[in-house]
Amino acid sequence: MINKIVNSVDDAVKDITDGSTILFGGFGGAGVANELISALSRQGAKNITAVSNNCGYYEKGLAKLIMDDRISKIICSFPLMKESYIFKEKYKEGKIELELVPQGTLAERIRAGGAGIEGFYTPTGVGTEIAAGKEEREFDGTPCVLEKAIKADVALIKAKKADRWGNLIYNKSGRNFNPIMATAAKITIVEVDEIVELGELDPETIVTPGIFVHRIVKKGGL
Amino acid sequence: MEKTLLTREQVAERIAQDLHDGAIVNLGIGIPVLVSNYVSNDAEIIYQSEQGVLGMGSVAKPGEEDPDLVNASKQPVTLVPGGSFCHHADSFAMLRGRHIDIAVMGGMQVSEKGDLANWKVKGAELGSIGGAMDIALGSRKLFIAMTHTSKDGGFKIVKELDYPVTALRCVDRIYTDMAIIDVTSEGLVLKEVAPGLNAEDVQKVTEARLIVSNELKEMSI
Repeated sequence: MINKIVNSVDDAVKDITDGSTILFGGFGGAGVANELISALSRQGAKNITAVSNNCGYYEKGLAKLIMDDRISKIICSFPLMKESYIFKEKYKEGKIELELVPQGTLAERIRAGGAGIEGFYTPTGVGTEIAAGKEEREFDGTPCVLEKAIKADVALIKAKKADRWGNLIYNKSGRNFNPIMATAAKITIVEVDEIVELGELDPETIVTPGIFVHRIVKKGGL
Repeated sequence: MEKTLLTREQVAERIAQDLHDGAIVNLGIGIPVLVSNYVSNDAEIIYQSEQGVLGMGSVAKPGEEDPDLVNASKQPVTLVPGGSFCHHADSFAMLRGRHIDIAVMGGMQVSEKGDLANWKVKGAELGSIGGAMDIALGSRKLFIAMTHTSKDGGFKIVKELDYPVTALRCVDRIYTDMAIIDVTSEGLVLKEVAPGLNAEDVQKVTEARLIVSNELKEMSI
């Protein structure tokens, strides 16, 4: 029997190793796997490369990991929200490296990583500091830069409902990066509000087919 | 007549007049998000928001908020009937793949060639890009909404950018508190001026040379 449901968030993240590249779902506070991130914080893995649209809020979640010097590099599109002051402090202290990526390029690099595409050309970033050191090539008169796929060891994502096969549906714009991140990691761990019986999710509306999901935990515990 | 500048709200109101019925529109933060307040009720406009919302409604009333339904500024919003959600790669397929009719963004500088700077101030070590570089290039039309000059009176419509570039040759039209200027292959064309101003007033605070349209008129606000 296939059953990807794990008893606790701590069990779900226990084998994450130092030096892992981890995808963190979410856009601002929408669709963030807060309990999994807290479990990662307790678990202790360090020297993490984080991929996240933002750099965490206040001193919680991803910001807590940054505060504790657990993230050595972050790949991010929008690091400077006023609630992300921990990142700013750590960046100034030289404790964290930043790879700044346009948001659409970030999404597409993750999508490519999950789809077996090693790189792609895009006009986004041409003539900007983002293009520094990247191969440039023109297609039908449009100058483009070469961007490489992002592939990760782990994805920590948030969904609304899962069944034991890992089929997922999301809540509103809490979907954001979560479905593409699910495809781009060796181990995708999802935190859900509700676990339903197999067959209960309408196959026409499943957003992430279970093939992309390896572990499921219920928010607040089983 | 006294020479006064338009307010942010008046700039937004003027932009709203140029959003046609049926347009799919992406509004950036700052003056652009105000535009939806002034769109005529007769026009059906679909608002796209980068985090995966097509058919975004107004800001959510107290008690109606869902932390998973937010706009690009992370404020709680609503969805209109017919609205839909998608993931980030699909959202940016809309934004990068020329599916958006009009994007409206703020600006720090625009050059006479239509180059845009709006993500990082000059000399700053850090900045946030978000979707700006993607949306600037990927929308069918790009409108910039900004004050005509910087707070210290410096030029913002310039010959060459000296701020960090967002995207090259991407701006179609500039709306400021003084004027409406089109970016054309011949150069910047002054189309409208704020009530009480003339072309000379605008040129004085514009580094790039303006071509005055034969049909130059006062904005109707």
